[in-house]
Amino acid sequence: MDFNGSDTIPGPRAEDHLPQSTTAAAKIVIVGGFGVGKTTMVGSVSEIKPLTTEETMTQAGIGVDDNYGSETKTATTVAMDFGRIRITDEVVLYLFGTPGQERFWFLWEGLFEGALGAVVLVDTRRLEVSFEVMGRLEERGVPFVVAVNTFPDGPRYPLDDLRSALDLAPEIPIVECDARRRASSRDVLMTLMRFLHALALSNGLA
Amino acid sequence: MTPPQRRRRHPVPEPVPAPPPAPEPVEQEEQEEGEKKNPERLYIITGPDGERAPLDLVTLIVARAEPPSSATPEQTAVLRMCGAPLSVAEVSAYLGLPFSVVSVLLTEMLAAELVQARAPIVRQHLPDRSLLEAVMHGLQRL
Ligand SMILES: Nc1nc2c(ncn2[C@@H]2O[C@H](COP(=O)(O)OP(=O)(O)OP(=O)(O)O)[C@@H](O)[C@H]2O)c(=O)[nH]1
Ligand SMILES: [Mg+2]
Repeated sequence: MDFNGSDTIPGPRAEDHLPQSTTAAAKIVIVGGFGVGKTTMVGSVSEIKPLTTEETMTQAGIGVDDNYGSETKTATTVAMDFGRIRITDEVVLYLFGTPGQERFWFLWEGLFEGALGAVVLVDTRRLEVSFEVMGRLEERGVPFVVAVNTFPDGPRYPLDDLRSALDLAPEIPIVECDARRRASSRDVLMTLMRFLHALALSNGLA
Repeated sequence: MTPPQRRRRHPVPEPVPAPPPAPEPVEQEEQEEGEKKNPERLYIITGPDGERAPLDLVTLIVARAEPPSSATPEQTAVLRMCGAPLSVAEVSAYLGLPFSVVSVLLTEMLAAELVQARAPIVRQHLPDRSLLEAVMHGLQRL
């Protein structure tokens, strides 16, 4: 890789520079099954062209110590799309879209740790793919809201039926959205922030 | 037609953390006592006393110096792009390198005082509703 040529310097466009006064970033995670609209949602609200970061994890095989040092290793690469919204001159918000499949959970340690909260995107054509992810968030105490992406070929259930099918705690918001529309995606994020705000109030945090 | 049925789960208590491997106390400003540590995470050196904090995807990196003549191409690229604050995730995306590789690179650059790190706002220390209110305000402007 050559980063030396002055015409190939990677980095943000000048208009995408954060002000020097930016002191801290917060993150929100958008999680859901394959093809549910994660990338679309990140892209529709981000102020920068969405970027991709990836992580490769090499895990040593188990019980291979009789292999004369040539351990079997499995490498997994997972790409995550993310976008960014400037909140104030000091604070910037990042949105990460991440797959909900089990084999990606090793990544979550770093991702969900510290996230303000999560949006679980569900698709009524494959509701059950989001079950495990929601369970994991509940176990880890990560607050989340549910956004139902309305695909034209998907079954339409009343939100109350979905709420009981998903066995959502009564306080957890569930909303319909169209991830392709900025206003709709923004409303989902607002729903999450209002929920977090209500949680902060009820926890008696000043 | 009825949708498939899920069953709600409940918070699982954190496993008892293993004793910290290093004897020095963690005294990072934004770090709370007893906060859970994942021993497999990479750590950055944040100060001369060996204070440590995990490098997050949204830790902001800011260049502190011009690229020294000894700088590697990757270090030079980081210093050029971090003239304004940039998250570790963005550095990873622009370099086209995995997060774990960028973490190692930035850890060295922090130790060499080539860059500065600004710790993220994390849920565990979310005492102020004013942040949430600021975010709502920011989203409304979109
Ligand atoms: N009708 C409708 N289509 C959507 C919506 N959101 C996304 N789509 C479409 O669904 C397809 C998949 O969307 P993506 O955003 O790529 O989904 P993803 O979750 O990132 O997919 P993977 O990363 O492959 O798991 C695209 O063709 C989108 O245009 C929505 O809210 N409504
Ligand atoms: Mg995607």
